[in-house]
Amino acid sequence: MNAPVRIEVRDLRLAYGTREALHGVSFDVHAHEILGIIGPAQAGKTSLLRCLNRTIDFTADARMTGSVKVDGVDVRQVKDVFGLRRKIGMVAPLPVGLPLSIYDNVAFAPRCAGLRRRDELEALVERCLRQAALWDEVKDRLHTLGTRLSGGQQQRLTIARALSHQPEILCLDEFSIAIDPVTTMRIEEVLKELRRTVTILLVTNLTQQARRLADRTLFLWKGELVELDRTEVIFSEHPRERRTYEYVNGMVG
Amino acid sequence: MTGREGQSEHPNHRAAGGEGVASGREAAGGGAGWKPAPQDSPRGQGEGKRPRRSGWARAGERVIEGVIRTSGVSAVLFVLAIFFFVFREAAPVLFGGEHFKLLPFLFSVEWYPTSASNVRYGTLALTVGTFSVTALAMVLAVPFGLGAAVFVSEFCGPRLKETLKVVIELLAAIPSVVWGFIGLTVMSRLIVHFTGAPVGVNLLNGGIILALMSVPIIVSIGEDALKAVPDSYREAGLALGATRWQLVYRVLLPAARNGLLAAVLLGVGRAVGETMAVLMATGHAVNLPLGVFDSVRTLTANVAAELGEAPAGSDHYRVLFLTGVLLFSLTFVVNLVADLVIRGWRRK
Repeated sequence: MNAPVRIEVRDLRLAYGTREALHGVSFDVHAHEILGIIGPAQAGKTSLLRCLNRTIDFTADARMTGSVKVDGVDVRQVKDVFGLRRKIGMVAPLPVGLPLSIYDNVAFAPRCAGLRRRDELEALVERCLRQAALWDEVKDRLHTLGTRLSGGQQQRLTIARALSHQPEILCLDEFSIAIDPVTTMRIEEVLKELRRTVTILLVTNLTQQARRLADRTLFLWKGELVELDRTEVIFSEHPRERRTYEYVNGMVG
Repeated sequence: MTGREGQSEHPNHRAAGGEGVASGREAAGGGAGWKPAPQDSPRGQGEGKRPRRSGWARAGERVIEGVIRTSGVSAVLFVLAIFFFVFREAAPVLFGGEHFKLLPFLFSVEWYPTSASNVRYGTLALTVGTFSVTALAMVLAVPFGLGAAVFVSEFCGPRLKETLKVVIELLAAIPSVVWGFIGLTVMSRLIVHFTGAPVGVNLLNGGIILALMSVPIIVSIGEDALKAVPDSYREAGLALGATRWQLVYRVLLPAARNGLLAAVLLGVGRAVGETMAVLMATGHAVNLPLGVFDSVRTLTANVAAELGEAPAGSDHYRVLFLTGVLLFSLTFVVNLVADLVIRGWRRK
């Protein structure tokens, strides 16, 4: 773990109104690793991701203290928040197909970033759809509405979309809840490939998925960080914390 | 395969595809000890009776359904009835007026309904007047109104938003006679002063007044249409790195376009149907306009101004009703075209 630190979270607290969702979380994410984030519902997994690209700003009563640095810059001091969000790809658990064609959905972010050339756009769209294991199903109807796809296809569309702006950091929030196991495996293979160029944060309810993919795994429990260690340790018979062992083995949570 | 998935509620099993590759404990265990799940009988929950709705509840639902159906059908009936009664007043002149022929009525610019020697009923100048004033009003009001709707909905803070909405609604509540006064006095003087036009009551004046009257409608309906776009679209767009403006024109405008078109159409409807303000602001001269400084007369203003003087049952009176039928048909065509445009979009 000598790779440079991409994300540095220090004593991050997040409150929605009076309810605190994260009680002071600190950890680092290194370049080119897959960090699995596991924990039961209400653990603060999604809130944590939303602090990274400041989509938490959309929630009016959310208050964030502590610091989150991406590549050494505190996200709250960032002038170009749009640039920050382009650097971080985000896949939400409930797929939101924008009311545009499939092609325009994937081409959305590159166009916003200023890519105009048709041939480049087309190549990029095809590559992203292939990576998200969706290309074969939609290649003949790229110009129909993305919202007409099935739930699982929309989920993969959002993955393609998150890849489309060539993010340096990719946050996946329960990306596989609506995707069948076979397709999930294909996407997981792509994620392993991507690790060479991208840093990945993988929030998942499927502990086995973290086990398969993650280099290190972080266990969140009711807004606090219980344990962060190499995935082998977390899933071994002897993680440091008893709660980790119990959660991973399905005894609580 | 289904049996295996049904066997356990454990979350990890739902990622079943992974099991084979990961060769975790559970996968091995699951493969060896497989047994079909015990079958529940299809009506397994035989205990206790299903709740039943009372006869009153069912009868009530019938009644409500009937009321709703009647309301829906009555809308169609009203439209047909209005058309019928207006047309009935106009029909005698259409099928046997002394000085009336249909083609000159539609395509002649000569409107001399009270001439002693040669009565002529040509409404082309009035139709052109209606369309030109409406078109000018929309050219001014649509960009302004939609821009304001986008600003109110997406760009301004909550307090300014409330203030603006109240002011805009106030603007919509100003009676059209008052707008007519403004056209006749303030606006006409301004036009004469700034452009040097010989008269201030003209097409431009009417267009501006109608634009001012349509803007509040376009803004409030347009804002509703934008508000109806789910917030998840906004979040998804912004999370992809879109700026607010990129979000507006790449996501929100396409998502809300039907509602926005409805806003524009209601604005058009107001402009076409407006009577008193245009009567006072346009100069009321029967005239094919060649520029924005020419005075015009619209179909509506013409009816309002002349119906009181036309003896009931006379040809003149009936021709004015026929003008109403013409107006009705024109708005119908405009709405139909807009509807077809929307359908065309949907099919895409």
